[in-house]
Amino acid sequence: MAKLNVNGRVIEVQVEDDTPLLWVLREQLELTGTKYGCGIAQCGACTVHVDGVATRSCAMPVSAFDENQKIVTIEGLSPDSSHPIQQAWLALDVPQCGFCQSGMIMAAAALLANTPRPTEQQIREEVTNICRCGTYNRVLAGIQRAAGTAGAAG
Amino acid sequence: MNAITKPSRRGVLGTAVAAAGAFTFGFRFPAPSKALAQGAAAPASPEINAWVVVKPDDTVIIRIARSEMGQGTLTGLAQMVAEELECDWAKVTTEYPTPGQNLARGRIWGNMSTGGSRGIRDSHEYVRKGGAAARMMLVQAAANGWGVAPGECRAANSVITHTPTGRTTTFGAVAEAAMRLTAPAAADVPLKDPRDWKLIGQPVARLDTRAKLNGSQVYGMDLKLPGMLNAAIHACPVFGGTVAAVDSAEAERMPGVKRVLRVGDNAVAVVADTWWRAHKALEAVKITWNNGEHANASSAAFRDVMMQAFDAPQAAVGNRNGDAAAAIAGAARKVEAIYGYPHQNHACMEVMNATAVWTPERCEVWTPTQNGEAAHAATAEASGLPPARCEVHKIHLGGGFGRRGAVHDWVRQVVAIAKEMPGTPIKLIWTREEDMLQGRFHPVTMCKLTAGLDAQGNLTGLQMRISGQSIVAGIFPQNIRDGRDPVVFQGLNAGGGEADIGYSFPNLLIDHAMRNPHVPPGFWRGVNLNQNAIYLECFLDEVAHAAGKDPLEFRRSLMANHPKHLAVLNAVAERAGWGTPAAAVNGQAVHRGLCVTHGFGAYVAACAEVSVSDAGEVKVHRIIAATDPGHAVNPQQIAAQVEGSFVYGLSAALYGECTVKDGRIEQTNFDSYPVMRMIDMPKVETIVLPTGGFWGGVGEPTIAVAAPAVLNAIFAATGKRIRQLPLQQADLRRT
Repeated sequence: MAKLNVNGRVIEVQVEDDTPLLWVLREQLELTGTKYGCGIAQCGACTVHVDGVATRSCAMPVSAFDENQKIVTIEGLSPDSSHPIQQAWLALDVPQCGFCQSGMIMAAAALLANTPRPTEQQIREEVTNICRCGTYNRVLAGIQRAAGTAGAAG
Repeated sequence: MNAITKPSRRGVLGTAVAAAGAFTFGFRFPAPSKALAQGAAAPASPEINAWVVVKPDDTVIIRIARSEMGQGTLTGLAQMVAEELECDWAKVTTEYPTPGQNLARGRIWGNMSTGGSRGIRDSHEYVRKGGAAARMMLVQAAANGWGVAPGECRAANSVITHTPTGRTTTFGAVAEAAMRLTAPAAADVPLKDPRDWKLIGQPVARLDTRAKLNGSQVYGMDLKLPGMLNAAIHACPVFGGTVAAVDSAEAERMPGVKRVLRVGDNAVAVVADTWWRAHKALEAVKITWNNGEHANASSAAFRDVMMQAFDAPQAAVGNRNGDAAAAIAGAARKVEAIYGYPHQNHACMEVMNATAVWTPERCEVWTPTQNGEAAHAATAEASGLPPARCEVHKIHLGGGFGRRGAVHDWVRQVVAIAKEMPGTPIKLIWTREEDMLQGRFHPVTMCKLTAGLDAQGNLTGLQMRISGQSIVAGIFPQNIRDGRDPVVFQGLNAGGGEADIGYSFPNLLIDHAMRNPHVPPGFWRGVNLNQNAIYLECFLDEVAHAAGKDPLEFRRSLMANHPKHLAVLNAVAERAGWGTPAAAVNGQAVHRGLCVTHGFGAYVAACAEVSVSDAGEVKVHRIIAATDPGHAVNPQQIAAQVEGSFVYGLSAALYGECTVKDGRIEQTNFDSYPVMRMIDMPKVETIVLPTGGFWGGVGEPTIAVAAPAVLNAIFAATGKRIRQLPLQQADLRRT
């Protein structure tokens, strides 16, 4: 059994201790916006916030968490897709297939929360999620738009 | 490739019938029994024709037969219907008709296959006619209501106006009456002159973005049906191998496990309440494989097979004029090189998955697929039921790239599992490892190129002997004629308008000695254009240097009869400032490389700007790309496809390789099969040059110019030719 604080609610789940947080979110809590991509913390499709830090949930057992850690998923990022990253994504039509975008948005949002005006190089180094459709240039532009640094020299 | 059956004109426009229960996007928990019931006839908003539904509140639902996998076809196709329909774009939504409905209605929606960059270019005429016919019926209904001639009425923005009196009504108000009218014959439905297009050609926003921003977009992996169980699967990692023995005693005692079962002769699956438990239990199943006849196969051994085929007397001819062998034999100088291209996995972000429910009467499947009809056929075959008793519900794809089009191996698996547990919905999800090992791989080929030069450095003859794998032989062997794979010469054809060579050589021979390894091939975004563009465009760069000529001028001298190829090449050269030095970046000299090709009906070129450090580190700074797709439906989505094509193409060039050892693929996840990330991403400048008069694809052709442009720039920077991909294996250190 595990007690988790997800999107502002404390929830008890009955699962084996080694169940990754990702699969608890997807299967027990039915929060399927967080995706499975690789299972080894390589691709970032499973990125959520844990106390504000971008965290790859596929390789973290649920037993590593308790109710004092605030977990936020894509569904809890904003009530109405109004987060500046989501707004920038909408303005620039960033997603293609969209499968990686929950993780991409969560990684970008965590970056801006900690570094409100990142340089281009910081963005490239911090957002390491994989997108196979190839949205990277629009992701970069979207983060700069949300940060108000669009057009600024990197 | 699939034979494309052109729908009859009459059939495509059709007449209004009670719309079948079309599944809209975003459904989350469709009860299978309800879905079964809806398959027959559900009350629906007025279907004006197969392509257009208008609701009383003026909402327009445009039916999209092709699949959306990120490439933007959903929006582009809707733009084309809406252009002729004259509806309010802000009120447009979309839905997929199902393959079962397409079958029941005589393929009224035509071909559902979404590959070969065909989504727009193969359906532009009949979808526009669908929109135009619906508009004519709506206008006729309004005119009938007013007792006036339809010629006195015009439609715009979902409003119909009787011009002489200024009276107006809306699409929604007359939809019910319009659906009762007889559809006009296709021949009586005129289309707009492209000069009058208002929506086609506009960079409108995608229709499918919002749900992809907050986690609400449902992918196949996210489906949940009442009473559903989850399955994990492991197939023999050696292609052609089988299951010899299974010890499932431990797995069957694990929590949540319902069944451990064999699937076909080569796989074992575990069904459990949750996928994670199924996956854990599968790891505890002890499987003994019979690896079969390919247990010792390796990439190295197959390379030898391909090398030997360079001298084979038998080869299928792709393009020939003059006598290349004689011209080269009599040449003042000879240039020769051997290139190679490896196996690669598609590595879609969303791994293969499908959900199925089987009963003795009916089988339904929910899956991301690039070809709903092929998924439907696979469902029927695996279920043992006639196609009319099967249905497939298409779901937006988390990437396709060709993996989810031609073969539906995962669909067959889930149906086989569901058949063992009648009435219970089963969701099968592969692991990334399964996805890597059980791919349908980019074909492995090599190419030996020989050119003759006269004393002035003019090219007198060119020979290209391609050896290696045929996709068609692996997937549609019935399409191999006299040992010739018609697709293997993509980008090298003498003509045809689909994938033509952009040069005139005085003497030319291009042929293919087919050699097929045991690794199953697949159509991989860009297909055979990928390696053919490298072979031809890098070798021509070599020949230009051997002749002491500028690579751009050398190409131009062979392109007089290929003006569209030349136009895109000139466009990138001009934008890049070819002939003037590129500005250094961080003290590193920047060098340029060019490439031009033609594929999927579109002309594309690229100029890459690259630096190579003393330590041999390659940095791609900027790529300028030009594309002439004839008509450009949505320029901002073309730009997105071009940018994305460089990610896919450069991932392949920099990192992509699947190797075989002991009969199995060695790369198992993104740690051993790296792909490009944002840190590697160059700036991309897209030039869209729509010259009109034809329809070319945009999802794939640009991929093929990524690697050659970069490889030629690396040569300019280092003097080193890389002839075997991927780049990460090359040593570019300065010595």
